[in-house]
Amino acid sequence: MSLGAIAIRPETASVVGLVVVYIFFAAFGGAAFIGAPGWSSWLNIAAEVGIIALPVGLLMISGEFDISVGSIVPAASMTAAIISGHYDWPAYVGILGGLGVGALVGYVNGFLVTRTAIPSLIVTIGTMFVVMGLTLGLAVLIKGSTSVSYVPDPITKSLLGHFINGMFNVSIIWWIAFAVAFYYFLHISPMGNWVFAIGGDRETARNAGIPTRQLTVGLYILSGLAAAFVGIAQLMTYQSAQVAGGQAFIFNSIMCVVIGGVLLTGGAGSVIGIVLGTMTFAVVNQGIFFSGLDSNIGSIIIGALLLAAVLSNDGFRALALRYATKKK
Amino acid sequence: MTEKTAVLELRNVNKSFGPIDVLHDISLKVNAGEVLCLLGDNGAGKSTLIKTLAGVHKPTSGEMFMDGEKVSFERPKDAADRGIATVHQFGGTFPLMTIGRSFFVGVEPTKRIGPFRIFDRKTANETAVKAVQEFGITRIDDGDRLIGGLSGGERQSLAIARAVHFGARVLILDEPTAALGVKQASHVLRIVLEAKKRGLAVIFITHQVTHAMAVGDHFAVLIRGALAANFMRGEKSREEITDLMAGGEALADLDTEIESHMETHEGHPPPPAH
Repeated sequence: MSLGAIAIRPETASVVGLVVVYIFFAAFGGAAFIGAPGWSSWLNIAAEVGIIALPVGLLMISGEFDISVGSIVPAASMTAAIISGHYDWPAYVGILGGLGVGALVGYVNGFLVTRTAIPSLIVTIGTMFVVMGLTLGLAVLIKGSTSVSYVPDPITKSLLGHFINGMFNVSIIWWIAFAVAFYYFLHISPMGNWVFAIGGDRETARNAGIPTRQLTVGLYILSGLAAAFVGIAQLMTYQSAQVAGGQAFIFNSIMCVVIGGVLLTGGAGSVIGIVLGTMTFAVVNQGIFFSGLDSNIGSIIIGALLLAAVLSNDGFRALALRYATKKK
Repeated sequence: MTEKTAVLELRNVNKSFGPIDVLHDISLKVNAGEVLCLLGDNGAGKSTLIKTLAGVHKPTSGEMFMDGEKVSFERPKDAADRGIATVHQFGGTFPLMTIGRSFFVGVEPTKRIGPFRIFDRKTANETAVKAVQEFGITRIDDGDRLIGGLSGGERQSLAIARAVHFGARVLILDEPTAALGVKQASHVLRIVLEAKKRGLAVIFITHQVTHAMAVGDHFAVLIRGALAANFMRGEKSREEITDLMAGGEALADLDTEIESHMETHEGHPPPPAH
């Protein structure tokens, strides 16, 4: 790949963004931020939001949004806690129950998006509120409380809620595994092509024989499963499930994806970009605590980054198209 | 005209959406190695007709035949399976995908590495580039280029090459030259002739009479959903066709006037008369 070809890849902007942000916070945050405490702190955050950002990013490439992840996280967490904590079933039953909730919500999202003309943004906002209400209502009904505690067995704890060296959450490894799997799906397997095609032009993709409905429903189920996975991992880590919380994942996941160069309107993006966007987001999110700066500045930086990312993505895309035209 | 069996034939096809009749009693034939030009003003029912041919709409009444055999398309896929391919005005509709990837959307070539199926980028790119180069577009030589970076004519050519590559027998071109400049349009027209030479039946939709006359063997003029005229090459003059399309109004003079003005004024139309 030539230097020009590298320069026009949208990921280049993401790498530059990440490096700039990292150097900025390294300068302010000092040794603690550059060392293991800093790395573990932002990697832990990155892993949580990153696992959700991957399928949310794929959905966005295919032209859809998923807001409901914000309520699937606590719903799955609560489901697992009630099954395994309140009713004392084995951990794997609780985990399957939590994942089942995620898959079910994902299926409903996909079904509504593909069978009605309602935009996915609205559909998933709707399901988010429904799931949020159900979680709260059922938790109070069953447990009489908005939080349920659960102490996982050592094996479950070490797989889903362990801190390696007392600092690095095991979900970092899960995140890497998810990223590899999604990379394979989107960029190597033939199905990845379908995701781009749906995002480019759904009608033409359907006429070309792509099962667009099934693919969209599948992507929503993936996104529900990933959000549920994070909810379950939170339960195993903190040993307690709360009905609130998880709302932050809505905007955070979308921001990671957009900072990572995914086109909001669909049709373009990459897994590497999403991972880089997630890292950038996490560095800012955690770097602010190490830097001693006012935490409001963190919000300002993230907001500015988001705008800069969208602008530069457009710029890079225009550049990529022009580059291709000029080339003889 | 020899009595060979038409590749695609419509007999007394009607199509209405609720109370509105869009197509009225259309009977048409198109043979292999022949270009049928479908002419008509905006709203004449051209789009509905080609969507009916492509399986998007089902005729309200009437019959369709392929190779003399009665067919009925439930969905676009059925028509595509029978070898009917539609290329729309903007050709490649995935501007941010590479040539190789968009060429094979839905039919990706794969190779196996262990248990994993891998999208075979090299084969995809090589096949796509070769297919379009065979149509004389030698400027496309890199399958990793983005569709959005191609010119309008190149996109059309790529889309036509794609249809032919995947075994199309009937090629429906929906206003392929409408958005193109003169030079680009002539590229596309040359490719239409190449497709015809390869034995495809081509249905060429346009409202530019000049383009139709350059490639057409057989012309059909649609007015308000009905066939106003159906004639062979050389049977009518350019002026007569234009008049027909406009529903009998003498637009032909205006058309030629504007065109000659544009030729001498670097493509600018004459200013509107006051």
